[in-house]
Amino acid sequence: MSKRLHGIVCLILLAAGCGRELPSDPNIMPGLSSTLEITGSSTIAPLASEIGKRFEDEHRGRIRVNVQMGGSSRGIADARSAMADIGMVSRDLNLDETDLKHFELARDGVCIILHADNPVRELSREQVAGLFTGKIRNWNEVGGSDADVIIVNKAEGRSTLEVFTEFFRITPQQIVADIVIGDNEQGVKTVSTLVHAIGYVSVGTAQYDRDAGVPIRLLGIDGVEASVATVADGTFPMSRTLNWVTKDEPTGWTRLFIEFSTSPAQHDLVRELAFVPSES
Amino acid sequence: MIWFGSWHLFRPNLDAQVGSGLRLAAIAASSLVLLIVSFLAHESWPAISSLGSRMVTDASWHPSAKASEGTFGMWPIVVGTLVVTGGAVMLASPLGVVSAVFAEFYAPPHVAVMFRGLIELLAGIPSVVFGLWGLMVLAPLIARVSPPGQSLLAGVVIVTLMILPTVMLVTGSALESVPRERVRGAVALGMGRFAVIRHVVIPGARAGIVTGMLLGATRAMGETMAVLMVCGNVVKIPRGVFDPVRTLTANMALEMGYALDLHRSALYTSGLALLVTSMGLVACAQWLGRES
Repeated sequence: MSKRLHGIVCLILLAAGCGRELPSDPNIMPGLSSTLEITGSSTIAPLASEIGKRFEDEHRGRIRVNVQMGGSSRGIADARSAMADIGMVSRDLNLDETDLKHFELARDGVCIILHADNPVRELSREQVAGLFTGKIRNWNEVGGSDADVIIVNKAEGRSTLEVFTEFFRITPQQIVADIVIGDNEQGVKTVSTLVHAIGYVSVGTAQYDRDAGVPIRLLGIDGVEASVATVADGTFPMSRTLNWVTKDEPTGWTRLFIEFSTSPAQHDLVRELAFVPSES
Repeated sequence: MIWFGSWHLFRPNLDAQVGSGLRLAAIAASSLVLLIVSFLAHESWPAISSLGSRMVTDASWHPSAKASEGTFGMWPIVVGTLVVTGGAVMLASPLGVVSAVFAEFYAPPHVAVMFRGLIELLAGIPSVVFGLWGLMVLAPLIARVSPPGQSLLAGVVIVTLMILPTVMLVTGSALESVPRERVRGAVALGMGRFAVIRHVVIPGARAGIVTGMLLGATRAMGETMAVLMVCGNVVKIPRGVFDPVRTLTANMALEMGYALDLHRSALYTSGLALLVTSMGLVACAQWLGRES
């Protein structure tokens, strides 16, 4: 049994691109099934579930990964109180949270998109906030053509909405929307059919679709171009990190899972959920 | 049973075996429905008990996991569901009845067969295809008249197309089931084709036609994907056909994956409400069907 485990662990480590030795960890008991509790940010939860499924498959029933949503603050609290093995936190850690160990899983970047035929090339932060809160209603007020602005907003609860409103210091209640969309792809399609629309979607989706010929333009922020590269290296301002947090230096299954999840083999899942893999 | 007499003699147990097997399958199928209803009721209980009428009276829909922080006014969404459903039924019913009458009484046989085939094809188009067409073609067209294009009008048009086959096919079979003697009698009395249809056939098929409309309405109410893609989904009571609306189904599809605690429970409550309403509609349709 332990020989098989040895083999699997080696495989994982190889897949992770680091040919380290097997962790001779007493916490991983061969043949005994255990559960890994992960709680926190609803942004990370879908990704955590997907990675969790793969992790379970790799270890064929010896580990169960249990993912529960409850917000980043719950992720912090549960990790601290050891209620959960791993907490999910979809922001950078605050100063009073440095007692926790954190591991960057991916980055989440959001950018403004316009139709490719819209003459507007850039918008200041105040202008974006003004547009979305209904203070600016015509494109000619921000250097565009004389036409009413169509505001494309995200549905309640979406992480993109959270990133967007936090960045521009507005509340979801203030936004005066003309169209509310669900996923990023629907946002891109909507803006690509309406010349006077403005929306925001994840950078990964926007760049992919624009490169595939969809008529949209990605607006930069504060002079920084919106692209997967600027999100990955952390220079794009409207972005945040998605972190795992643990109480102590992780051991056993926890450590295996964190290494597994941050390995390049999981980047396809990260991209599938419209996040940007971290550079490591 | 007479036809199966020989089977019966040689294998006396078969009938009982098949019977109990079928009974088991029937129980499984019907208990599944009950299971779903009780699950919905269980999941909606937190919202019903702690929000109660706030789900209708709150001024806006900005739900959050805690009752004190969010507002849970679903009334505009209920209105959205009603106007999309009502609008689609109002458009699809005359269209469906007229096309059924055409196929039944006016079209030459081969045209009628082709026409019915086309309508059945319409029934087979997946909802997401309607949605995509609405999003990429219909909504931009409407936006040229009055932005933003994704609107009540777009939703009504799309849903009308989707329920038209239901209305037409049910109406068609209702028209067919009007006794031919009555039609022949009317013709013998010297009534013209239109008069026969107007005064004999349609009154005779009335229950069936209404059943078709009610079944269409349940389908319209339950439609999710296409509506989500073309309606604009803004939570506000629409003031005109060019305003965006959000339906209960779209609301659930948009937010369920991201909802916690009370927000989640409120979404389940809207699901329960939808289920109860469509059960009522189906019961109405059945009652009318029995009457005829």
